[in-house]
Amino acid sequence: MSKIVTLNGNMAIAEAIRQINPDVVAAYPITPSTSIVETVAQYVADGLIDSEFVCPESEHSAMSVCIGAAAAGGRVTTATASQGLALMWEMLYIAAGLRLPIVAAIVNRALSAPINIHGDHSDTMGARDSGWIQIYSENAQEAYDNFIQAFRIAEHPDVRTPVMVTFDGFIISHSLETMKIEDDEAVKKFVGEYSPVYPLLDTDNPITVGPIDFTDFYFEHKVNQLEGIENAPKVIEEVGKEFGKRFGREYGFFEEYRMDDAEVAILLMSSAAGTAKETVDELRAQGKKVGLIKLRVFRPFPARKLAETLSRLKAVAVLDRATSPGAEGAPLFVETRSALFDYPERPKIINYVYGLGGRDITPEHFHQVYRKLEKIASTGKVDQYYGYLNLRE
Amino acid sequence: MKKAKTLEELKNATWKELPIGTVNPDPANSLKNFTGTWRSGKKPIFKKDTCIHCLFCWVYCPDMAIIVKDGKVLGINYDYCKGCGICEVECPTKPKSIEMVKEEVTLS
Repeated sequence: MSKIVTLNGNMAIAEAIRQINPDVVAAYPITPSTSIVETVAQYVADGLIDSEFVCPESEHSAMSVCIGAAAAGGRVTTATASQGLALMWEMLYIAAGLRLPIVAAIVNRALSAPINIHGDHSDTMGARDSGWIQIYSENAQEAYDNFIQAFRIAEHPDVRTPVMVTFDGFIISHSLETMKIEDDEAVKKFVGEYSPVYPLLDTDNPITVGPIDFTDFYFEHKVNQLEGIENAPKVIEEVGKEFGKRFGREYGFFEEYRMDDAEVAILLMSSAAGTAKETVDELRAQGKKVGLIKLRVFRPFPARKLAETLSRLKAVAVLDRATSPGAEGAPLFVETRSALFDYPERPKIINYVYGLGGRDITPEHFHQVYRKLEKIASTGKVDQYYGYLNLRE
Repeated sequence: MKKAKTLEELKNATWKELPIGTVNPDPANSLKNFTGTWRSGKKPIFKKDTCIHCLFCWVYCPDMAIIVKDGKVLGINYDYCKGCGICEVECPTKPKSIEMVKEEVTLS
């Protein structure tokens, strides 16, 4: 039986870990992800799960332990945030390059300097080219649901690629929310038994993992690696549908909110979608044709699907919770604008950066963006394609 | 797609034929990798008359290229000797029982 409970995002992830009972959990605590690791350590101490819990001296070592354990043939998970993810950086690429289906819960938090503990997407955006699949969650329910699905996606024979499931620091990680936790057995059944490929502990079939490649084979191995993430969209879709059939909450690459006859829309990721939906409802009540697209899967980027949905609009604002210094806009904007390039009919598109270091975004700011979009839609002119929301300027 | 299994198949594989995750399913293949081809300019010559079989050369050799049987040094395995010269440096006998000599290298 599923049950309605009140949990915050971190507790929801800890619940999922308890239900999945992975072979190894290796993590180093860092705000705001600490309570995931703390709770799992308690579960292990209380004998609720028999996972091997490893608490190494840094996140770099935590990911290294995950890599070793996954290469040995284990189902492995970890959790981190911000500087912790940054410290894992070189190991992230190795996990992806070795095609190890590690699942990580990343609680989005700003990167230093200046030091800050609140939510933005700088950390995972910094890891966007590490080869990991990235799934962003709006709330604790989605974080829990995505985390469970992540094992199925990562471990699929055609994918075999690590997955990070993210949600916004404090806003989701520490805010209580009424949500559904599914039955333990149902979750275990959905995730299924893990059968590793090329496990190092299979001494009857010895292998070498991670040998050096010079100019002769590095290129081939890297292209070989890409096959996993390129196969991921089909699997992400199937798993999202199956999850919907099993538990009643279906997932795709992005959620379209009141998009049916929309003329202008906002595209964003994660927790800000909740506030944006409120604003859309208010404007819809006034008869305005506005909508929202909440992107769930950033890597692999669903370029074609997204562009097809956006191409019929008059104007789109992409809201990024990270910057890309020196680039032609923030990460989500750059990807989205590029995805639209091949479409002869495409909307005017602008970019706002919001919420850095956990700065609030309120309905007032969404109203401001929709007003701007309506102006662009009616005039067909963009005076400035890049700006900031709720910044002292 | 058939995946390469043996070292020979791996060497001729396209990116699609490589096993995932850089895995080499034909392990311990350094035996098949003749590092002796890396030698450039000098090679060790073993002189059994002065050798006291202390096995210093065997201990220090980074490539297990000193051939030893029943505690006795028999010679050098040139298939793997990279010509680093540690054996000559570490040899305690006077005169040295391993001497690095000039070697003509044929580039293949």
